[in-house]
Amino acid sequence: MKKQENPENEGLLVRRIQNGTVIDHIAAGEALNVVKILGITGTTTESLSIATNVLSGQMGKKDIVKLSNRELSKEEVDRIALISPRATINIIRDYKVCEKKGVEIPDMIEGLVRCPNPGCISNTNEPIRSRFIVTPKGLHCTYCEWVIARDITSNII
Amino acid sequence: MYKRGIRGGVVTRHIISIGDFDRRQIDRLLDNAKRIDAQKYDNNALYRKILATLFFEPSTRTRMSFEAAIARLGGTSISVDSVEACSIAKGETLADTIRVVSGYADAIVIRHPKEGAARLAAQFASVPVINAGDGAGQHPSQTLLDLYTIRQSMKLDEINVALIGDLRYGRTAHSLALALSLYHARLHTISPKGLELPTSLHTDLSERGMEITEHDTIGDVIKEVDVIYVTRIQRERFPDSASYFNVTSSYRITPELLTGAKKHAIVLHPLPRVDEIDPRVDLLPHAKYFEQSRNGVPVRMAMLLQVIQ
Ligand SMILES: [Zn+2]
Repeated sequence: MKKQENPENEGLLVRRIQNGTVIDHIAAGEALNVVKILGITGTTTESLSIATNVLSGQMGKKDIVKLSNRELSKEEVDRIALISPRATINIIRDYKVCEKKGVEIPDMIEGLVRCPNPGCISNTNEPIRSRFIVTPKGLHCTYCEWVIARDITSNII
Repeated sequence: MYKRGIRGGVVTRHIISIGDFDRRQIDRLLDNAKRIDAQKYDNNALYRKILATLFFEPSTRTRMSFEAAIARLGGTSISVDSVEACSIAKGETLADTIRVVSGYADAIVIRHPKEGAARLAAQFASVPVINAGDGAGQHPSQTLLDLYTIRQSMKLDEINVALIGDLRYGRTAHSLALALSLYHARLHTISPKGLELPTSLHTDLSERGMEITEHDTIGDVIKEVDVIYVTRIQRERFPDSASYFNVTSSYRITPELLTGAKKHAIVLHPLPRVDEIDPRVDLLPHAKYFEQSRNGVPVRMAMLLQVIQ
């Protein structure tokens, strides 16, 4: 039987949030990349807390990201799958988990990753976003046909 | 084979990469080229159609071959004289150039130094786009004419093909190998150290069920092969001209070497050649590289007919 997890258990590490999103079961050490992939920087308005290397029964160690006052869209959630396919998303409203879902690897990602091929047209000033098809072998640039097989995070724009 | 894009309700067909083709589509295009070659075509099929040739890097022969192809079908071509003259020099994006030229022509042939440029052009064009080479990327018309030339001498199925020369950077060899995997060819590769087939392509071809064997010299496999596909080894890849000369002389195709070849074996080269093939080979029945270059016209005519009509 699957153990019901309660986000409140991490209360000592990270404060509970009233409204927003808790991204749980992130692969240990990937929390900052999750933040990066969601485009959260000093200029955006979310308040954010991160717990890293939290002990977890299932995974050994995991990372957690809590975002106040922001509910992630499906597209954003699926981006997380690229770096942490076991992550789970908890949407919090009024301190309660009112939706819980897994992440799904998208078929196509646009504008998120830069093509590592310096000769690729997508790395010029053309009015396009980078575009990759996701396959079991990696990310295929739809412009130059290069494949990013590993270390996707270092190519995140 | 055609990436379809919908603009203003009209379906536009493009030819961007040999990887977009399946076997049936290649066969049909080669059949059409054969009919054209036998003079069985309407020489006004593309009457008053205009082909824009946008060459952002020079390739006089590819361009002339496309211009001859449209002319033989009753159409005309327009082009920019030089990269300096066109607005790219003023910093215009390719996307804008393509949108503008789409208004002048019924189809666009593009050659560009950046990989993926043709795919981008197809995205912004309201007329069909044909890729005539994008950087180290794709050059489908070359592959189609290579296949066409092989098919003039033998069936494409289960042949033994030797690829010789710079197999690391040689995009014509890469595309040909991919296309041949559809015909269950066996590949024999002969290349200088450091210029071997890229690992990713090797894996990809093996996964497509292709049998690939590496050899030190072409002599090792000359008795077995049906096609000897020679590519240019560029001087810049070597530290000095002595080591370049050493390598090229050991990869050179000579009449002496070909005495051991199958009677019907053919020698191909995308041209221009430098020292890779001894000029004495030109006189042998194995030499098909000038035929191959001539085949560019009927194959490109078939391509134009498929996308414009
Ligand atoms: Zn690319």
